[in-house]
Amino acid sequence: MIERIREKLNILADAAKYDVSCASSGSDRKNSNKGLGNSTGMGICHSYTEDGRCVSLLKILLTNHCIYDCAYCVSRKSNDIKRAAFTVQEVVDLTINFYRRNYIEGLFLSSGIFKDADYTMERLVLIAKKLRLEERFNGYIHLKTIPGASDGLMHEAGLYADRLSVNLELPTDAGLKLLAPEKDRRDMVQPMNYIKNTIQLHSDEKKHFKNTPKFAPAGQSTQLIIGATQETDLEIIATADKFYKGYNLKRVYYSGYVPVLNDSRLPSLNTLVPMLRENRLYQADWLMRFYGFHASEIVNELHPNLDLDIDPKLAWALRNMHAFPIDINKADLHMILRVPGIGIHSANKIIAGRKFAHFDWEGLKRIGIAVNRAKFFITCKSRIIELKEQSSDQLKQHILNLSKTKYQALQATQYRLF
Amino acid sequence: MTYLIYDSSFEGLLTAIFEIYDRKIEDGFICKSDSSVNQLFSTHILVIHNELKAERVWKKIVAIIGEEKAKSLWKAWLSELPDTENLIFRVIKYILSSNSDVLSDYTNPDILQISQTLKMIGREKHRMEAFVRFELTNDAIYYAKIEPDFNVLPLLIKHFESRYADQKWLIYDTKRDYGIYYDLSKTEFVDFPEENDLSKPGVLNEKESHYQILWQDYFASTNIKARKNTKLHLRHIPKRYWKYLTEKK
Repeated sequence: MIERIREKLNILADAAKYDVSCASSGSDRKNSNKGLGNSTGMGICHSYTEDGRCVSLLKILLTNHCIYDCAYCVSRKSNDIKRAAFTVQEVVDLTINFYRRNYIEGLFLSSGIFKDADYTMERLVLIAKKLRLEERFNGYIHLKTIPGASDGLMHEAGLYADRLSVNLELPTDAGLKLLAPEKDRRDMVQPMNYIKNTIQLHSDEKKHFKNTPKFAPAGQSTQLIIGATQETDLEIIATADKFYKGYNLKRVYYSGYVPVLNDSRLPSLNTLVPMLRENRLYQADWLMRFYGFHASEIVNELHPNLDLDIDPKLAWALRNMHAFPIDINKADLHMILRVPGIGIHSANKIIAGRKFAHFDWEGLKRIGIAVNRAKFFITCKSRIIELKEQSSDQLKQHILNLSKTKYQALQATQYRLF
Repeated sequence: MTYLIYDSSFEGLLTAIFEIYDRKIEDGFICKSDSSVNQLFSTHILVIHNELKAERVWKKIVAIIGEEKAKSLWKAWLSELPDTENLIFRVIKYILSSNSDVLSDYTNPDILQISQTLKMIGREKHRMEAFVRFELTNDAIYYAKIEPDFNVLPLLIKHFESRYADQKWLIYDTKRDYGIYYDLSKTEFVDFPEENDLSKPGVLNEKESHYQILWQDYFASTNIKARKNTKLHLRHIPKRYWKYLTEKK
């Protein structure tokens, strides 16, 4: 008995792992029924894989049988692999028993599409419903909705899940046409639109009626595959920005393409996963969401791709030297956040601390800012001014010589190959 | 130097601070009773915790910075880091002398150090919320052992109570030799004279090993070999935590 479950788990966890989302935060499902679990506030990474990714949810496919033949996907119809399918009860049992042992925050369920979109979606919803109503489970549930599923099923999904997601997968329409010709962008955008509108409706109703049922309280997210087609970073960031703004997405995930299939339309099997580029995209994403940057300040027609050797904030600062230096004891938060080497926590500490006394270099070092990088862009209570007349290029070289990035080894190999 | 040797309880620490003010001691230095201070030419005062004296210090602090922030001083004390007592004393002195909430004065090295200690405590608490691995016993108790860097058990109660309201659980700190036990209605501190051995046959539920194997399988299957990054892996789960992690055993 256990051998069969083991085999299924191995196949269906393996097939699900290319979905990089692991978030379990941002919901507000309290354990008010003295049941099992609660999902409030911060998410928890219960473990980390050997590739360093967070393990927060039991991330599996219901099945890897699929009627589609998307070139980038391991589960595509024409791929000769072992297929398996869980029963509804098996998924429920695994989730509950893993959760009770504190292995996970909840379930991330996705599926290959068998028969049709609605038939598949119905089963995903059934599992979420069972967990909530029969097991009185208040842990986190993330359902990946099936493109083309009906509004009625989407609605039911939202009543039981904390987060819903539809993966755009390919950043450009041209890429989608090339690698997944059977799929239609409209089938992805339409459910995203429905989720956005329904979340809005529920939050409006909640203002008037306290008992309004929850609908996807942790919002929706999506994933973009990076490097499977020839897209620029500008195209990726523009797509992310459009969906953040137009669809109120909580997160856009960037998944460096892992070559798994031999296909003339795809990068060859010995191509390295573009991990450095992926990292730079996440940095750019953070700048947009937390640091007050506009997408066009990070990449634009003049600079369509992110620098691989420096982070996008430093790159912006070097392109905008006229905005610096700023006085750390006077500048507003907005500008402090733009200084390379100063993060959000440090920026807040500066704002709080300078009400008591002015910061000098020692004080700034103590609160943990990277002074060796920030010093070229700021002044403080000190006569020593580090910003000397040098061109952006000289300064960039200077900073590169000072700091060793954790990606240097990786970078060296990736440069050699391209 | 005047050494105030306290009984290693938080109330004892507050009592010691009361004594420093009450006796107008200029060169007070606080240490735990198990620390080895034995200097011939110094004064030693043995402090036994006194509820009334501790209460007076506590109320004064709460009146100035509020209960939530006052509690952070207690949390910092749970770190058991060397000399935390005197750091807390200096911070309390700063609060009392300025008679205002100075906990956000990050230009002050003591305040900064307290905030860094709190960050470490917070991280360890969060790690334990993540790394606790329950094993189901035949008595229907979900049992976990931990060995945290700091004494964070008291900070874990709320999280596990609200999460596992419908199962009995016990989390045991093997380093400090006490645990917290939830019996479906309340959580209590417990300690056992002898080690509870979960490896003895018949102690664990028969299904337990199944789920451990399935979890280990899952952990292996969800890894992407092409992205191997051992350094990052180890930064997130330092080796000292592996002992009780089902997937790393």
